[in-house]
Amino acid sequence: MRTVLTFLTNTRGKKRLSLSDWLTYGYLLLGTFLMFGPVIWLVMSSFKTQAELIRFPPRLMPYRQEVATVAGYDEPLALYDVTLEDGTIRHLAQVRRVGIEAQMVDPAAPEEIIRVNINQRTPVETIYFSLENYTLGTERFNFWVYLGNSVVVTVAATALTLLINSMAAFALSKYQFPGRDAVLVTTIGTLLVPLSVILIPVFLVLQGMGMLNNLSGVIIPAAATPTGVFLLRQYMLTIPDELLESARIDGASEWRIYLQIILPLARPALAVLTIFSVMWRWNDFLWPKIVLSKSELFTLQVGLASFGGELQVQWDLLLAMTVLTLLPITFIFAFLQRYITSGIATTGMK
Amino acid sequence: MAIKRILSPFNWLLSTVYHLIIDLVDLLMRPLQNILGVRGMAYVFILPNLLVFGIFILFPMLLNFYYAFTGGTELFPENRPFVGMDNLNQLFTCEDFLSPNSCREDLFWRAVLNTGGYVISQVALLVFMALITALSLNRNIRGRGFFRSVFFYPVLLSPVVVALIWRWILLQDGVLNAILVSLGGERISFLLNAQWAQFWVIIISVWAQMGFFTLILLAGLQAIPTEFYEAAGIDGATAWQSFWNVTLPLLMPNLFVVLVLSLIRAVQVFDQVFNFTGGGPGTATTYMVQYVYTTGFANQTKEYGLAAAASLVMAAFLLILTVIQLRLGRRGEIS
Repeated sequence: MRTVLTFLTNTRGKKRLSLSDWLTYGYLLLGTFLMFGPVIWLVMSSFKTQAELIRFPPRLMPYRQEVATVAGYDEPLALYDVTLEDGTIRHLAQVRRVGIEAQMVDPAAPEEIIRVNINQRTPVETIYFSLENYTLGTERFNFWVYLGNSVVVTVAATALTLLINSMAAFALSKYQFPGRDAVLVTTIGTLLVPLSVILIPVFLVLQGMGMLNNLSGVIIPAAATPTGVFLLRQYMLTIPDELLESARIDGASEWRIYLQIILPLARPALAVLTIFSVMWRWNDFLWPKIVLSKSELFTLQVGLASFGGELQVQWDLLLAMTVLTLLPITFIFAFLQRYITSGIATTGMK
Repeated sequence: MAIKRILSPFNWLLSTVYHLIIDLVDLLMRPLQNILGVRGMAYVFILPNLLVFGIFILFPMLLNFYYAFTGGTELFPENRPFVGMDNLNQLFTCEDFLSPNSCREDLFWRAVLNTGGYVISQVALLVFMALITALSLNRNIRGRGFFRSVFFYPVLLSPVVVALIWRWILLQDGVLNAILVSLGGERISFLLNAQWAQFWVIIISVWAQMGFFTLILLAGLQAIPTEFYEAAGIDGATAWQSFWNVTLPLLMPNLFVVLVLSLIRAVQVFDQVFNFTGGGPGTATTYMVQYVYTTGFANQTKEYGLAAAASLVMAAFLLILTVIQLRLGRRGEIS
């Protein structure tokens, strides 16, 4: 503890912490608690048994009551610490409970039944991370189907986004052609048109193209992201035109230039767009919800939403499924957080 | 190093395949280039993106006007009778715009008023919290990268996940009520009480979005040259004075971007709330997008015209915000 404190109070350059430093650390630590706390609470809760979940007040760690198999009884019996009348505490197994009286036996000597008041016993519990919610949840919730759909949508949409956005960005950054500025302006202009404003006509278009209840209806429309085009174009503008000119002199076709020169050089921007696109598509809710109404086509988000919107919410299973849904994004973030945060800071896009 | 060695045959395979693809595409596309010329190829490159874009964004935008001015419950345009301004009139028929009960489409006006209240309080709280956090993270502290990630993490969570996490916390028997009870308070049914529901909708959206706006502000703070602060220090400025006279003016462009982006996003609030409260209790957290969604999709009689008209109203609102942004943004550049 002492070393932690000296480590923390050892500021760069300055000798001692001022009041504002203390306030800053206080705020940041409180913030850490508020930002992570809810997620940690979710994860902890997802490992709890049904009985533990409805307990009030709840406890942070998941507990399970210890049981013992006692000779003469078929079912394992729950263990309690019982305070007897003479003040000694004994480890007993409960046979049955009648009103306020509990009939207990000593697992070592199961013949003698000891009757105690129920207030004199406390359950023997150990911390236990139960995976039951996960196993039961994945069965009941059709998890693997939704996961499959989510993965297909995310991967296909991201691949398509990278391809058509980079092609468009290449055209918009490296060619002079009539209509270029018009395309550029409309592209940036529609950055401001949210899907929510054009819900009704989009629905009609999807129906007209036979894309309702079809994963392609989620994949294709989302691929022409204005953000992606804009981001890649800004990056490609920094690639010197001389490179293209000398390639043309060497007889390279425009497609060869795009594939062999532009794309490899634009790798950092493509990486940022990949991360963004995966995040967007994985977390998408409104569009897939409109397109997909058959439950076997649901993505994880749509499935989770309908599971959570049921009249009787099965929290035990829902919590576990929520954890599974946020897991992939959390992993991506853990490994690529530097990339993500700097990508957003420089482009200001999400 | 070891990983690289393991991956090297894989990389070799990948680059061979990639070069094969290049040669193949080159072979197929060269005749096209001979016909269209170098400049003509630009259109080929832009075509796929433009097609998807045109079909799924531009065309629907135009079609939205058609829906807004036609009536009936038919989805297909040819079956819809032209009704002129009827839909807009219906939305705007109101004795008193501030009391939704006097309106023909009372739900719409409730949604508008709710959205107004939400936008103002959410954006104010969001920008304030993001600014405080960015200022804290910009100080000379240990573990800056860690703290930055911590505040950013909720941004990556989907609206559905965010809504479920908080519903679990705010349950009648949830952890927050347990804390309240242990402090001697009473249990509160947070999401069954209109004011509490509105309050928590704002809190969770700030929780989920703050990290994103913090990053934009932090980038702006780090772009301020340290000489400015040194000069202010030499002139004897207090920390408070250098905040008002150095930090804030120089941060204005970023602060402005944050303000407008958060406004635009706040007007469109939907999916998080939809999964959090479902618009309730009653209509306490029903916002404009949810009105469009319910009127056009969820209701038994699907009034597409009314929904489209409502989304036009919203689009006009967003357009005004954008124009303000462009105006002020340009003025900021000049001064």
